[in-house]
Amino acid sequence: MYYRQAGQFYTTYSQDSRIIPVREDRWIIYVVVLAGFCLVPFFASDYWLSGILIPWLALSLVALGQNILMGYTGQLSLGSAGFMAAGAFACYNIELRIEWMPFFGSLILSGIIAAMIGIVFGLPSLRVRGLYLMVATLASQFFIIWVIDKFGWFKNYDSSGIITAQDIVIFGKSFTTPAEEYLVCLFVCAVMTVIALNMVRGSVGRNWMAVRDMDVAAEVMGISLLKTKLQAFAISSFYCGVGGALFAFAFLKSMEPVAFDILLSFRILFMVIIGGLGTIIGCYLGAGFILLMPVFLNIFFHAVFGQAVDATLTSALEQVIFGVMIILFMIYQPLGMARILEIMQERLRKWPFKI
Amino acid sequence: MADLLFFLEVLIGGLLAGVMYSLIALGFVLIYKASSVFNFAQGAMVFFAVLSFVGFMELGIPFWAALPVTVVLMIFVGMATERMVLRPLVNQSEETLLMATIGLAFVLEGMAQFLWGVEVRRLDLGIPDVPMAWLADTTGIFVSVFDVVAGVVAAIMVIALALLFSKTKVGLGLRAVADGHAAAMSIGIPLKQIWMLVWATAGIVALVAGMLWGARNGVQFALVWLALKALPVLIIGGFTSVPGVIIAGLIVGASEKLAEVYIGPYFGGGIELWSPYVLAVIFLMFRPEGLFGEKHIRRV
Amino acid sequence: MSVSAQAEPASRAFPIGEPILELDSISLRFGGVKAITDVSFDVREHEIRAIIGPNGAGKSSMLNVINGLYTPQEGNITFRGQRIDNMTPAKAASLGISRTFQNIALFKRMSVLDNIMAGRTLFSHATFLEVAFQLPRARREERQNREKAEEIIEFLEIEHIRKTTVSQLPYGLQKRVELGRALAAEPQVLLLDEPMAGMNVEEKQDMCRFVLDVNDHYGTTFVLIEHDMGVVMDISDRVVVLDYGKTIGDGTPDEVRNNQDVIDAYLGVAH
Repeated sequence: MYYRQAGQFYTTYSQDSRIIPVREDRWIIYVVVLAGFCLVPFFASDYWLSGILIPWLALSLVALGQNILMGYTGQLSLGSAGFMAAGAFACYNIELRIEWMPFFGSLILSGIIAAMIGIVFGLPSLRVRGLYLMVATLASQFFIIWVIDKFGWFKNYDSSGIITAQDIVIFGKSFTTPAEEYLVCLFVCAVMTVIALNMVRGSVGRNWMAVRDMDVAAEVMGISLLKTKLQAFAISSFYCGVGGALFAFAFLKSMEPVAFDILLSFRILFMVIIGGLGTIIGCYLGAGFILLMPVFLNIFFHAVFGQAVDATLTSALEQVIFGVMIILFMIYQPLGMARILEIMQERLRKWPFKI
Repeated sequence: MADLLFFLEVLIGGLLAGVMYSLIALGFVLIYKASSVFNFAQGAMVFFAVLSFVGFMELGIPFWAALPVTVVLMIFVGMATERMVLRPLVNQSEETLLMATIGLAFVLEGMAQFLWGVEVRRLDLGIPDVPMAWLADTTGIFVSVFDVVAGVVAAIMVIALALLFSKTKVGLGLRAVADGHAAAMSIGIPLKQIWMLVWATAGIVALVAGMLWGARNGVQFALVWLALKALPVLIIGGFTSVPGVIIAGLIVGASEKLAEVYIGPYFGGGIELWSPYVLAVIFLMFRPEGLFGEKHIRRV
Repeated sequence: MSVSAQAEPASRAFPIGEPILELDSISLRFGGVKAITDVSFDVREHEIRAIIGPNGAGKSSMLNVINGLYTPQEGNITFRGQRIDNMTPAKAASLGISRTFQNIALFKRMSVLDNIMAGRTLFSHATFLEVAFQLPRARREERQNREKAEEIIEFLEIEHIRKTTVSQLPYGLQKRVELGRALAAEPQVLLLDEPMAGMNVEEKQDMCRFVLDVNDHYGTTFVLIEHDMGVVMDISDRVVVLDYGKTIGDGTPDEVRNNQDVIDAYLGVAH
């Protein structure tokens, strides 16, 4: 009943195809984003900001990239952590070597570098699909990490192999407290999410989905498979690269290439699957779920077993629960949390007339 | 001459390591042929099997008793997987099934570590890992007895499975199921039993592979990552071809060792981390259906 | 069938004109299998041209050759008097050749509207950056394409399902949406591969009406494959008959109906 879509008439096509067509939804989003900018930085604890919210935002961005490729364009990929690493180390080197470059410039440039690498590793998608493509993207995962690991230049010849990300400085002001870093991440996420929404509801997104659903027909419509697939790889890698740079600069702070191993790629994959393939909101839901689940499990284990819990055992159990969640989602809700949200909205609209 | 001997030594070592990849890939092929499910969890099954085996031995069960116990456990795991994961997902897309088996891999890996702990175990099968004396004496090539035994075991497995597929009634049913579920069921082939059998067999193959790998490299979580290299093997060999993955395993094993020894030093080593994948990608560009895979003509 | 809406040539809004598409001795082989052998025929502008023949006669292959999905080993394709070497789907699309498929090839997880909008690809020139930032050209194109898409939706009487996901629609409606998607490209030539297969009589009548209306309204040239003889004889201007990849008849419906080879192919002949 909270929803009353009745009475909202669209008189132009642009009204009909706006990002959030229902007025109530729109207000909710406005309030949430406004609260995110104005309230959260003041009221959230440092632990929540730097332990949960910052990685959540950064990884949501990466999940968005993964979803563009996998959910919208239907290209199975397991290399997102590799592109994160590319973005993170590119950003480090740009900040290190180009002094006049503003932070957002470095961020965009590292995204572009990741995108170019993405195009190269997207080339196999022109020949193969599905599982075969997934194995090809594994090559990118292992290769990128190996290159960064083997060539000292990328790490500024640091003897320990661990680099420390520079402080984020924007217009001469450094953003170093958790709240400040959080605001940078939130701003980048907000802008890039709007951009993603514009793309997926426009001709770009339609081409991606057309290639996903029926590539032969797409080709016959005049959609170039070559251009569309490589474009999806590039844009996806751009998002992964920027997300990786934020992950490194606002969350990890000091890092080595192995921080971006294949396990991280799997986590990103799970975020997208659990959140919902082919949805934008699903990226945020999925990333939140994957990040919060260990936190809650930890609380739960401590409540049940007391303080003397073996960390290795809980992490093993956590793994089991993750696996079970994936299987359950595949069986009962392959469209993920975004679909569950949609069903809830649908119910709310009819309530209390129909439950 | 010494160069040539060294080359042969590296090559043989690589080929024998490749047999191990083939053995893991074989488990994939078995399930893929019967149910068109790409079982990403095969590597996890390998880890689970051998860790359980070692775990049983640590509990004081002797080798000869631990083996059948683990076999029974793997049959149970295979059947449970079929019953609880795959049956509810019948008729779903290949991608959905793949994701479910990725979930399964996490369950098995977590379960193994939860039950048996995370320490690295040694597994002694009683086969010495020393160079074969007469070969070293006569030709000067050093090849480990263990590797040769592993190769022989793998060969026996392959032949047994090939016979199972081609000569038995079960094998006939398997091939029918692989061609089309509904059609196979309509002529009275017991689909569910066939699938359970396949998963149980895959479990046993996983145990054998795990024991050989574990004895060589220690029983540890890293086995899961080694098992990932079965993926490029599958790509090169083709998902449905038993001889294909055998040859592909040999190619991958030999090429990664040769590349590591002859090209690796120029880049500071470690290229065997990715060289099989790159090889698979190059292969894909020229022969997407694999060595012996069936070429699909997409009809519109 | 009661679909005798075929107008007399003189009263057509777009009278049949010069050949728009000429196929000259096309041969297509898959390995050792000869799918098409030395087939030639032409399609005149604004006409409705049918290809008929028993199963496996090479009809679908012929359409695939026309829009570049298959490359014939021999033969030429001429479009508006211009010889086209190495036809590709992209080239065919840009020449204004659009098509539907035998087993519906819609974008299943997209809405009806998005499917039809996807058919407007040739009229979308905005780059991804323009779309990403909603720059004027992207917005203008989106609006214009939407207007055209709505025109087609109205024409095909599918307003009520425009936001429905295609996979949820019944078969007959899916076929109609596929026609809509092909029309969205504003094609010169529209290839229909068994547009009425698996339909009941009413759905067939609807589809015939749409084909004739489109032909009448936009002057679109049709090449269609159809098994229902009643439909073919009713709506097509000329018919080409294939059997075992060879032409065995070509002409008006009446000529084809009385052609001995065609009768033999369809009814069988004592050897």
